[in-house]
Amino acid sequence: MLSVFLEVLRRDLLLAWRNRADVLVTLAFFTIVACLFPFGVGAEPNLLRTIAPGVLWVAALLATLLSLHRVFSQDHADGVLEQLLLSPEPTVLWVLAKVLAHWLTTAVPLIVAAPALALLFDMTQSATEVLILSLLLGTPILSLLGGVGAALTLGLRGGGMLLALLVLPLFVPILIFGAGAVDAYLAGTGATAHLMLLGGGSLGALALAPWACAAALRIAVE
Amino acid sequence: MNWQSWSDFWSMGGAAFFVWGSYGVTFALIALELVVVLRRRKQVVHRLQRLRQAMKASARRKEIQQ
Amino acid sequence: MESGQRFSLFRYAAPHLFYPLAGRLAPWFAAAAVILTLVGLYLGFFVAPTDAVQGEVYRVIFIHVPAAWMSMFIYLIMAFWSAVGVVFNTRLSAMMAQALAPTGAMFCFVALWTGALWGRPTWGAYWVWDARLTSQLLLLFLYFGFIALTRAIEDPRRADRAGAILALVGAVNVPIIYFSVKWWNTLHQGASVSLTKAPSMATTMLMAMLVMALASWAYTIAVVLWRVRPLILERERHTEWVGDVLETAEGRA
Repeated sequence: MLSVFLEVLRRDLLLAWRNRADVLVTLAFFTIVACLFPFGVGAEPNLLRTIAPGVLWVAALLATLLSLHRVFSQDHADGVLEQLLLSPEPTVLWVLAKVLAHWLTTAVPLIVAAPALALLFDMTQSATEVLILSLLLGTPILSLLGGVGAALTLGLRGGGMLLALLVLPLFVPILIFGAGAVDAYLAGTGATAHLMLLGGGSLGALALAPWACAAALRIAVE
Repeated sequence: MNWQSWSDFWSMGGAAFFVWGSYGVTFALIALELVVVLRRRKQVVHRLQRLRQAMKASARRKEIQQ
Repeated sequence: MESGQRFSLFRYAAPHLFYPLAGRLAPWFAAAAVILTLVGLYLGFFVAPTDAVQGEVYRVIFIHVPAAWMSMFIYLIMAFWSAVGVVFNTRLSAMMAQALAPTGAMFCFVALWTGALWGRPTWGAYWVWDARLTSQLLLLFLYFGFIALTRAIEDPRRADRAGAILALVGAVNVPIIYFSVKWWNTLHQGASVSLTKAPSMATTMLMAMLVMALASWAYTIAVVLWRVRPLILERERHTEWVGDVLETAEGRA
């Protein structure tokens, strides 16, 4: 059973490595979106420091959104998805592997790049640490919920816009708690509650989303 | 009785725009929804009827050819 | 359908039985909606007294609150029908969910619109990022997502089931969204503006509001039954009974 998980994970990571330009484009998108804000609202350091957590979280959200189509579309196009669905292995397992691969290839690079962007917004080191922690705990939910959206819109015309409409409202709580964690830390109330809620959300999504995702894939491929 | 006269009623204590704006838009939307829903039913029935007649006609033509 | 014969409740899950039933019931609910609306408006405008604090503006409440309730109930009912469709694999329940969505979105918009018009004179702004208004806005987006997804998929069976999954995922998220927005709202804003402190209401005010809520229930049932009928006809157009329905409609025309 575990071998399917590892096999699919290995394969997806290998594919991502072959198409590493995609990963870099996502990363560049994340950076550019974050860099647009100072041009829009002015480069006053205090203002930048206040909006930094929200801006970085929104940028991470949008970058994840743009990368979501990668989770299933290629496998859908070349028939691998059908093969996997026909195989006796539990669907939830390899769906989870694919979502994990997506998280490793999009969220992790964003998290690695986030401290550099935090510098541009003049965030303090300890605030940056809270931000990284919130991203680590929150981005798995983005990948899991996003996977459901990607499966539902698989192969549809105008799927990208539709995906945004389906998924972004569901991302709002994550944005609230993710950016809120840093704000709460800076306000001196402590970020523990926010981070625990994000972690709990991740566990909840981990328990529920793969099933919804598997069902959506079966519908899409039938 | 809340109102001295009809003009008193329509002015809503100076809040006419807000009160009648709310009620007006709500009832306009309900009317619009009803029109759309009832028209859609007629359209669907007409379309399916034409589809059926076309199918019947083509079946008859085939019979004659045979 | 053998099981349809055994359970009287499931009997009408068969589209050919539900279609005429819906046609017979809808006018009654529509009539109930008209009567209840007239009674509610009479109570709201002529019996309920002027509010001591807000003046006449508060009369928006008689549509604002029922619309907000309705928009939430309809999403729950959509999720319920979706769950029924997923579990029992009935075709009708997915059609019901799709017939409900536009009315839910309409009530959601009405709640936002009336909230904005009510907010201007009471809070001094058309929009505040109040927890209720904000989650109402997100609910509207959820409705739009459901409608867009079911319309974008051409194969009706796939549309039904994809919509069902989306409605269920959304229903799990609605409370999460509500509580997160509430949390966010209390952190970012003082208690300067808040809808949660409802003004103490006179009994007649409450009565008017409840009657209007019943009216919106009746309206919703009527319009959904009317909307689901052509949906059934389209889905079942290859069956014999739809042919009979079309022929009798032709004879009448």
